[in-house]
Amino acid sequence: MTLFIVQALNGFQLGMLLFLIAAGLTLVFGVMKFVNLAHGVQYMLGAYLGVTFAHLTGSFWLGLLGAAVVAGLVGLALERLIFRHLYGRGELDQVLATFGVLITLNEVVRTLWGSSPLELAMPDALSSTFQLVPGLRYPVYRVALSLAGIVVALLLALVVNRTRVGMLIRAGATSQEMVSALGVDIGRLFRLVFGVGAMMAGFAGVLAAPLVSVEPGMGDNLLILAFVVIVIGGVGSIRGAFVAAIVVGLVDTLGRELITALAKAVLSGPQADLLGPALASMLIYLVMAGVLAIRPAGLFAARA
Amino acid sequence: MRRRSLRVPLAMFAALALVPLLRALGVPLGGFVPLLLERAMVFAIAAMSLDFILGIGGLLSFGHAAPLVIGAYTVAILDSAGITEAAIVVPVAVLAAGLYAALTGVVALRTRGINFIMITLAFAQMVYFGVASLAQYGGDDGYTLYSRTQVLGQAWLSEQHFYVTALIVLGLVWALLRRIAASRFGRALAAVRQNRVRVQALGLDAFAIELTAMVIAAMICAVAGVLMANEAEFVSPAYGAWARSGDLMVMVILGGVGSLHGAILGALVVVLAEEGMGRLTEHWPLLYGPALVLCVLFLRGGLAGIGGRRG
Repeated sequence: MTLFIVQALNGFQLGMLLFLIAAGLTLVFGVMKFVNLAHGVQYMLGAYLGVTFAHLTGSFWLGLLGAAVVAGLVGLALERLIFRHLYGRGELDQVLATFGVLITLNEVVRTLWGSSPLELAMPDALSSTFQLVPGLRYPVYRVALSLAGIVVALLLALVVNRTRVGMLIRAGATSQEMVSALGVDIGRLFRLVFGVGAMMAGFAGVLAAPLVSVEPGMGDNLLILAFVVIVIGGVGSIRGAFVAAIVVGLVDTLGRELITALAKAVLSGPQADLLGPALASMLIYLVMAGVLAIRPAGLFAARA
Repeated sequence: MRRRSLRVPLAMFAALALVPLLRALGVPLGGFVPLLLERAMVFAIAAMSLDFILGIGGLLSFGHAAPLVIGAYTVAILDSAGITEAAIVVPVAVLAAGLYAALTGVVALRTRGINFIMITLAFAQMVYFGVASLAQYGGDDGYTLYSRTQVLGQAWLSEQHFYVTALIVLGLVWALLRRIAASRFGRALAAVRQNRVRVQALGLDAFAIELTAMVIAAMICAVAGVLMANEAEFVSPAYGAWARSGDLMVMVILGGVGSLHGAILGALVVVLAEEGMGRLTEHWPLLYGPALVLCVLFLRGGLAGIGGRRG
């Protein structure tokens, strides 16, 4: 039972990290119809910059702030230099060009920081553990991470649903031309959304840094998980991304335990050892397939 | 089909055939260039099968490394069971990849555009993690073959004969895909890309056509997987890594979408360029990545489109 609680909490955290990445991705796609494979790079950059800034300033919090801001700026620079030229182009061009950016930036990071994994210490204030249930202590930092994810999600929902900018974002997702024709500078709106998305991914990278090893390419697998989140949640939907991120996070951690245990119970010996892990690692993709079989456009599809 | 379009591919095959010819005449080529070309030819088969669905069918699959790794692992799994006869290995690999494509295609083809890209990518990632968790076959570290696959008892895939065999398979696959593309089915597939609604109005089942195309492409790609495992005498999950799917896409786009032989050209260029850049610097992706971006931004129509109008 305690294992179940711990895994559920860990799954929720993974979900929050995924949400921070997927939210930017889905907004960018919703508004600009732009596929950005290099979005996971922002997460990696965030983690690396966080490590470096925290090391320079001696403070995790300054590192967090600096890394998120710089990751956002890098995103804006990429938008200005490259992505801007791809908005009108087909998905294929977008995928390939951003794939090229991803390859380049992974290698830039490898060149600057080296291939060996780095570590980032948790901030002192959050590095303790607390008693979750009798006999089980849980790190405060992990809870803080989940809370940070929830706060960002609420803020984002507030901005998108209640402010003028949010209204423009929603309108832009429905009809870019119309918004543009009404005199809104759509290019500026794009840049804003892009910068915020990049910043959120960078922010997620710093938050994750104390829990994972910081290494080149660390954003790639998370990016694909973020894709799964977006596909399940419905492209362009923040609410969908939030719900799907939690689902994917929980399925990936809890499901892994369950399937492995189930395989051990049903099968025996080498078969269980072979099938269990294989099935467990495939689980989220099977869930995705299941959702799509019922709702091809995802759970909370924005209007087509 | 257009006569003129035969010139480039035939010249390419002739150039590739020079290597064994020169070797037979006793010209010292060293082992290195033929080895690189072998690699490129294997990739060319995979890339061509991708071009079939991507270029002709308009299906932007970002998961084409999956049938490749399925083909490769079929070799490994049968190898550990002591089966190394191509008459068994190849059909099993082809059927396994076809089954994968049919099952995932049914789901992926319910969606279009960006969703299709993400879903094919996700399914390929599933296969990647699936094979990586096969502890029996080396898990993440991969599996070294006990012996290469035999073709009807002949050692046609041995180091000596691999080049010629790969070239022949490449030629056959090219001819086969060309035939299919020119057939009724191929035309229907191209028509679905151009105007799905109209095709359906004509009473054709667009979904079935696309699904069939995906299955065909995966089956051919599995053959490339079998060759790849033999060429390296080794398989690893990395064959199915998502960057590999990206590389295949790059080969297709670089060569020129929809021309089939362009994919061969693309594979040659990518494999040779990677090698060349790798010799310049260990940080070769710093050259490869920007080159890719520049190609997309400025080189529309691919290499096969240079000097001629897009057909």
